Amino acid sequence: MSLDVQRIREEFPVLHRTVGEYPLIYLDSANTSQKPRAVVEALAAHYLERNANVARAMHVLGAEATEAYEGARARIARFIGAEAPEEVVFTKNASEALNLAANTLGARLRPGDEVLISVMEHHSNIVPWQFACERAGATLRWFDVTDDGRLDLENIDDLINERTRVVSLTHVSNVVGTRNPITAIAEKAHTVGAVMVVDASQSAPHERLDVTTLGGDLLTFTGHKMCGPTGIGVLWGRGDLLESLPPFLGGGEMIEVVTMERSTFAAPPYRFEAGTPPIAQAVGLGAAIDWLDSVGMEAIAAHEVDITQYMLAKLTSIDGLTMLGPTEAVDRGSACSFNLDGIHPHDVMQVLDSRGIAIRGGHHCARPLHKRLGHQSSTRASAYLYTTHEEIDVLADALVFARNYFGAR
Amino acid sequence: MNLDELYQSIILDHYREKHHSGLREPFDVEVHHVNPSCGDELTLRVQLDGETIADVSYEGEGCSISQASTSVLGDLIIGKDIEAFGTLYTDFLEMMQSKGAITPDEDRFEDAIAFAGVSKFPARVKCALLAWSALRDAVSQATDKEN
Repeated sequence: MSLDVQRIREEFPVLHRTVGEYPLIYLDSANTSQKPRAVVEALAAHYLERNANVARAMHVLGAEATEAYEGARARIARFIGAEAPEEVVFTKNASEALNLAANTLGARLRPGDEVLISVMEHHSNIVPWQFACERAGATLRWFDVTDDGRLDLENIDDLINERTRVVSLTHVSNVVGTRNPITAIAEKAHTVGAVMVVDASQSAPHERLDVTTLGGDLLTFTGHKMCGPTGIGVLWGRGDLLESLPPFLGGGEMIEVVTMERSTFAAPPYRFEAGTPPIAQAVGLGAAIDWLDSVGMEAIAAHEVDITQYMLAKLTSIDGLTMLGPTEAVDRGSACSFNLDGIHPHDVMQVLDSRGIAIRGGHHCARPLHKRLGHQSSTRASAYLYTTHEEIDVLADALVFARNYFGAR
Repeated sequence: MNLDELYQSIILDHYREKHHSGLREPFDVEVHHVNPSCGDELTLRVQLDGETIADVSYEGEGCSISQASTSVLGDLIIGKDIEAFGTLYTDFLEMMQSKGAITPDEDRFEDAIAFAGVSKFPARVKCALLAWSALRDAVSQATDKEN
């Protein structure tokens, strides 16, 4: 099954705009994806036709808004194979979802306990665990990566031990694209009684996740990287685990009974959703998932492999270009980070931008990984279901131009 | 967008051959400034001699704009007094925030006039300012130390 990319592109008006005299070439989808018309229309329809607060508004509009919000929860649960909608907690983004995980699991940590992450994590899967470990007097440990950007599992028997309480890893790296063997690591984590947390921000947009077989106990992703709006993230958790976790933020709707001295708390998922939630955004994410499913996640996944292969072949054939991470489209997502010798990523980005090509330059919220791989920062091109081979060709030509522009004159 | 307006030859020349680069002794104060959004990092030392900025040395990693700006700043400031730096700082900042509206005086700004073009690229203004902010911080710390 293959994608009709041209037809898909018709659903994204922004892909038809120009930047100066150049057609826009958007290769920054690992940062945020573009939005198809169906999602923007669903957001507009929600605001224009059934906007009200959820759960606490008792009128007809309130009931319709609540139905739409809870409908989105059920839709997302079905999309990831969750056993019940109650296993899906809405947050504002993946960072908040990871903070929720780190805070609530952190409440159980004691001095001497260990939390295990990896050097390839996004800052949002590092900093919350630093906070949690600091508060509890627990120890933060991490997997190293190999020189080609794969998770280094050599000392896994030392890293996962009887003191390990949490293992939190990214499913697919936002910088080097590496796909981590979550299921095998989770199995090992479970033998010592540790909770497995999976950051699926970079995988959820491209493939069908099945939380019942992946191995994670908690899993997070964000809506805006998968055609949904900004301001909506998801924490999925195994029902019995969520049930055992304390609240995160306090406020409206997360309570059962409040007295001036103390409070009791609602059952999940509401225990973790204090205050008015991102209602329209949840509805928008539901619409994004409807739309992705109408395209077909299997076809989207196949397109990602195809475009990644093409991009890697093009990039690695450029003289003076160094890839960070795996150079073959095996067990990797579509994020391709690289450097042109002697040219700072900001300058590369600027030259590409002057030709209508949107990519990202910097450390992509993963400074430790860059340091480990011996790069201060990098340039990243990332594709999605609307990316074409022709766009990759233009990227490659522009990189050669950039290299020559900054070369000796 | 005209690339050559951003990357004027003065800037590329300084980028390819940085002046005053490398950390030197003696120095009164060393500061480390970063640009967290892009990862540019600059370690900068300043040595005062009374009211005069006797030496500025640095080690940095960053884009052509931030590197060239540091090189140009060294040329411009070493040997000047603190008060003159303060005035130039204020005027440079105003120019960088002017979106290309202010044409700088070459006699006062020397090679730093090339950054007038950068002011039309809002995302790059902070690159040009990194060295200036670091030096201002270092001079202020060094002055406090002397007093």
